[in-house]
Amino acid sequence: MDWINAIVQGVLVGGLYALFAAGLSLIFGVMRLVNIAHGDLIVLAAFIALMIVEGTGLHPLASLAVVVPLMAVFGYVLQRGILNRTLGKDILPPLLVTFGLSVILQNGLLEIFTADSRKLDAGTLETASFPVAGGMAIGVLPLLMFASAVAVIAGLQFLFYRTALGRAFRATSDDREIAQLMGLDNKQVYAFAMAISLGVVAIAGVFLAIRSNFDPSIGPGRLIFGFEAVIIGGLGNLWGTLAGGVILGVAQGIGAQINPGWQLLAGHLAFLIVLAIRPKGLFPRIEG
Amino acid sequence: MPDIQLNVENIQSFYGDFQALHGVSLELRKGEVLSLIGANGAGKSTLLRSICGLVTARSGTITWNGQDITRLPASRIVGLGISMVPEGRRLFPSLSVQENLVIGGQAGRAGPWNLKAVYDLFPVLAERRHTPSTSLSGGQQQMVAIGRALMSNPELILLDELSLGLAPIIVKDIYAQLPRITGNGMSAILVEQDVTRALSAAGQFICMQEGRVSLSGEPGHFTRDQISAAYFGT
Repeated sequence: MDWINAIVQGVLVGGLYALFAAGLSLIFGVMRLVNIAHGDLIVLAAFIALMIVEGTGLHPLASLAVVVPLMAVFGYVLQRGILNRTLGKDILPPLLVTFGLSVILQNGLLEIFTADSRKLDAGTLETASFPVAGGMAIGVLPLLMFASAVAVIAGLQFLFYRTALGRAFRATSDDREIAQLMGLDNKQVYAFAMAISLGVVAIAGVFLAIRSNFDPSIGPGRLIFGFEAVIIGGLGNLWGTLAGGVILGVAQGIGAQINPGWQLLAGHLAFLIVLAIRPKGLFPRIEG
Repeated sequence: MPDIQLNVENIQSFYGDFQALHGVSLELRKGEVLSLIGANGAGKSTLLRSICGLVTARSGTITWNGQDITRLPASRIVGLGISMVPEGRRLFPSLSVQENLVIGGQAGRAGPWNLKAVYDLFPVLAERRHTPSTSLSGGQQQMVAIGRALMSNPELILLDELSLGLAPIIVKDIYAQLPRITGNGMSAILVEQDVTRALSAAGQFICMQEGRVSLSGEPGHFTRDQISAAYFGT
């Protein structure tokens, strides 16, 4: 029963990893930009939520109503102001610039918030659970996290395949030159994509901050989880990203069950095995 | 001329340090069909790309309906009524046939062209509307590319190497539809490798050689030898 429990909890925490990964996947898909600062942006969102919660007494989940739009606007400005200038045939400049952004964010947060571990207090939500068969219990918070991840992925899927903006994303991703002939301004399309990505980052950041302690240095670790989920699932496949997050979560859960020290190692091993056997991921996008 | 729609004056365009156009000029009246002929590398495609904004001319001016569009980005120029069928078709592979057409209409100009009109022009596309654009034959893809350009209801359509990589019979079919496209007053600039076809489809022609205009006028006013001299530079 402990094993089943480990797997179930792993599936649920996989939702959080999918949230880490979804924004990363979106940006890479639309503009071939690998955002090294992605993890630090998640931490930034967590700190913004912390300020709002401490300043206003709002429930952490209610703070999403402020953090999501705030991060989206930040993403838009970041893309128009900085990242658009780095995009071109060479993939190195955006990599270096987002790496620099990562360093700036980590140190900026350290300066403002110190290296202390912080946490968002979600009250009874954190411990609430309901029993399921066999003496196992499922926490309301992990379930909420997982449901949010499914909702976010479904929302992105709808956006990509059913709306004009999604069509613009796919067209620009396919052929950015010809997309301009359709009246699409690449820079504007990219800015919208980054805004949506950071909106998802905000959701991930708030859940991260409720679930566990965080401090300014943990961004790169979240980036790795995000990367691994994207690669396991297959680049450019949103539902694959969710599956990737779940596989990563389950591997970590099983690892921790064997030996608490093996939690992270097991996740990385699962990632390496997938990379070795299926380099394009388990569910790669079908190329026409 | 009072009714000059497009006026290209002495433009010079570059790819990096490579100069592709050395001072090219042309005039186009509303409703006119102009053919650009010339050997590979003569600058025909660059001229089209300069007009539609994908390449910004380093000097000279391009005036469209009295407005200077030399430095406007491509994404703005399509809204002013110039659209292009690019060389090699360049459909969006992750979009369905219909999505490729719909995105062409995104510029939001009013006019006779809409999904129904395109499907009337190329009925085979209506049957394949929900399939990925990559599953079509080359000729069908070219129809989508033409339809996509028409969806923005342009006043001028730039057609770059329509026949590239297509079987002659398909090319003939596509050219047979050209009068239906240009019939309602739409102007066209046509780049074509097949000189005979290019000259018979157009009222005016320009022959280019190494980034310059080597001959221009009405096809009937020149002999075959004069045109071929301008083409090969002999």
